[in-house]
Amino acid sequence: MQVTLKILRYNPEKDAQPHYERYTLDAEPTDRILDVLEKIKAHEDGTLTFRRSCAHGICGSCAMRINGRNRLACKTLLQTLDTSKEITVEPILGLPRVKDLVVDMTTFFDNYKKVMPYFVNDEPLPEDGRERLQSPEERERFDDTTKCILCGACTTACPTFWADNSYVGPSAIVNAHRFIFDSRDRAAAERLKILAGESGVFRCRTAFNCTEACPREIDITKAIAEVKRAIITGRLD
Amino acid sequence: MMSVKTHQYEVVIVGAGGAGLMAALYASQKASTAVISKLYPTRSHTGAAQGGISAALGNIEEDRPEWHTYDTVKGSDYLGDQDAIEFMCFKAPELVYELEHMGLPFDRTPEGRILQRPFGGHTNNETGKPVRRACHAADRTGHMILQTLYQQCIKNDVTFFDEFQVLDLIMVNGKAAGVVAIELATGDLHVFHAKAVIMATGGWGRVWEITSNAYAYTGDGAAIVLRKGLPLEDMEFFQFHPTGIYKLGILITEGVRGEGGVLINDKGERFMEKYAPHVKDLASRDVVSRAMYIEMKEGRGINGQRYLYLDVRPETVNKYAKIDGRTNPDGTPYQVTAEEILHKLPDIIDFCKTYLGVDPVKEPMPVQPTAHYAMGGIPTNVKTEVLADEKGTVVPGLYAAGENACVSVHGANRLGTNSLLDLVVFGKEAGVHAAEYATGAAFEPLPGDAADFARSQLDAILNSKGNERVADIAAEMKHEMMDKVGVFRTEEGMQEALNKIRELKERFQHIHIDDRGKTFNTDLLTAWEIGNLLDIAEVTAASALARKESRGAHSRDDYPKRDDQNWLKHTLAWRRDGEIELRYKPVVLTKYEPKERVY
Repeated sequence: MQVTLKILRYNPEKDAQPHYERYTLDAEPTDRILDVLEKIKAHEDGTLTFRRSCAHGICGSCAMRINGRNRLACKTLLQTLDTSKEITVEPILGLPRVKDLVVDMTTFFDNYKKVMPYFVNDEPLPEDGRERLQSPEERERFDDTTKCILCGACTTACPTFWADNSYVGPSAIVNAHRFIFDSRDRAAAERLKILAGESGVFRCRTAFNCTEACPREIDITKAIAEVKRAIITGRLD
Repeated sequence: MMSVKTHQYEVVIVGAGGAGLMAALYASQKASTAVISKLYPTRSHTGAAQGGISAALGNIEEDRPEWHTYDTVKGSDYLGDQDAIEFMCFKAPELVYELEHMGLPFDRTPEGRILQRPFGGHTNNETGKPVRRACHAADRTGHMILQTLYQQCIKNDVTFFDEFQVLDLIMVNGKAAGVVAIELATGDLHVFHAKAVIMATGGWGRVWEITSNAYAYTGDGAAIVLRKGLPLEDMEFFQFHPTGIYKLGILITEGVRGEGGVLINDKGERFMEKYAPHVKDLASRDVVSRAMYIEMKEGRGINGQRYLYLDVRPETVNKYAKIDGRTNPDGTPYQVTAEEILHKLPDIIDFCKTYLGVDPVKEPMPVQPTAHYAMGGIPTNVKTEVLADEKGTVVPGLYAAGENACVSVHGANRLGTNSLLDLVVFGKEAGVHAAEYATGAAFEPLPGDAADFARSQLDAILNSKGNERVADIAAEMKHEMMDKVGVFRTEEGMQEALNKIRELKERFQHIHIDDRGKTFNTDLLTAWEIGNLLDIAEVTAASALARKESRGAHSRDDYPKRDDQNWLKHTLAWRRDGEIELRYKPVVLTKYEPKERVY
């Protein structure tokens, strides 16, 4: 079958403004958007620029806007889109453009780093040197938010983040949640204090864009709500 | 003319996967350290590892590091160095606990301990039955290791240069003195002056057509080292994982079989019974991949096609668990529900639904062997010091760890879960030893032309006046290597592949790329990476052609038996004046005499 991609192109060395270019080529219904981008780059236009690595949805490199929705190019098969029409491919929003589909992720990672996204427990280790104990139920409590691959699809789908990228954004909150609700961690209070601040969780307007955008199907809105509740109630159940 | 910026760190680490990050955590405690990575660290391929990391914790049933050692020696088809294997397997429990102490969210037993599952080739040495040794976090263990190590690096304020592609290693007076990298965003060259350099750039599965490996897996570290006149070890041994998604190559973890899944041919037979009567579907990967090729060759692929079924539907798992007499730790019969499978293998189920439209708890998965892991690589000793020759001469200041290194703990075939173990054990060793070396060494004076070789490589691509497309050359290489230097090999085929690779290398001199800009020029860097893959493919084919026996992942129709008399030795390959020079060094044997390998 034939498919047409309408891709937002921007080369800072040549272009004053971004512009769309169209590419029509043969493809299979089971091809991923990433496969189509690779074909264009390989055979038609080597200047087309995008990030990619694992090609199966675990590295988080290829988040982009496909028909107006944030997705991973490597997890979006043509057969799930209406290929009778042009497919629009654009960079994710809210971060500075670098070139074509590549944006500068610095702000995204800086926001992530603000929420203490690491395990904290300075208590003595078990005397036998073995693992800290954690019940399967305690482990399950934060399972969903351990799936995050930091692709940025959620944060760059968030209207609040678009308006003001000092808001830490859904991805950072997900990664804070992962530690706040880990029974072994001891820095929940500090993280909750950060997230109660003006760049924190109360900026969320529950647009649900993040949950819809997540390629890992993390229930992000729920995680955000749980963090809000923990701040308000002071409880971590 | 590109501008050059200079930085100085005592230790520079190239690559930010599991080995690089583990090295960074340790090196940065003692020495000024920078990590240089062509990807954001969390994009690294460690994150794609699924099933587990092995350690004889004995959390569910009796297990011992001695058994893990023997299983790894046997799995390596006796080519692994036994001192290194013993070191790794005895370190394993300590390192897994260390990861847990860093917060890694392992799955748990009812007692709250780290949960473990069976994996191919890991056995109770007394009963010969599979043992639960693989510590896991669902089917995203690698993801959790990568995230946890990156999180700890943030906590410890490690310095990163993200999206910097290292192009060259600087050697002064025979010692490592730094690296040269290009900053993707600007196209600027950077010289990193260092006392010690750790190579941790991962593998090169992108040499082959069907692979589980990321686009980024282009053997950069190995190719860079080879260009400095240093050898690569055991390059003929590349693992084909039995279960890649048909046509796409995406990995389906061996953990599926650990949880009771079985391989089925077109006649509905569980064919592994014939090839590995004791552990069946949980035999070593080389054994299973060969069995699958034989099944397909003899016409028992599904519908005569080049794939088989991996079946983890509860009714199938329960049927064969009963036949095998598999039990739970409390002695009750092993039985699973669809819900339990979904909980244990969520990513696998997601991949199959996304890419195949198949729900693995309702339908079997179409699978074929997929190029997966480099057993060979940059030769090192147990301290991760890089070796310059067959006598074990150390290259001062140069270290390698993880998949791009060859210690050798995997020999001719790696056991599942030992790769994650390898990268944490030897990543840590690299960080410790490189920092120790650096604190006692001086900076070598940097030559004025330090960046010249890196720049000349890029200029050659940018100024190339031909009309060959890089993608065409890459596609021909991948096809040739898959066909002729894959699971089964012959003299004639390997010679043809070697000739073909040399022809492709000649054509590579006449490429044309479209992008001549400075900003994020992936056209340029992809071409440079394909150049690396061609070098790696050539060394692989030449090393394979010379080894006239079958051992582990190197299986020849014309020499079907292992030949310990002549070939119980490691290959070292140099590229000199356009030719591959091969030399050999003995395998380190300690406790285990080579014997026939039966699963």
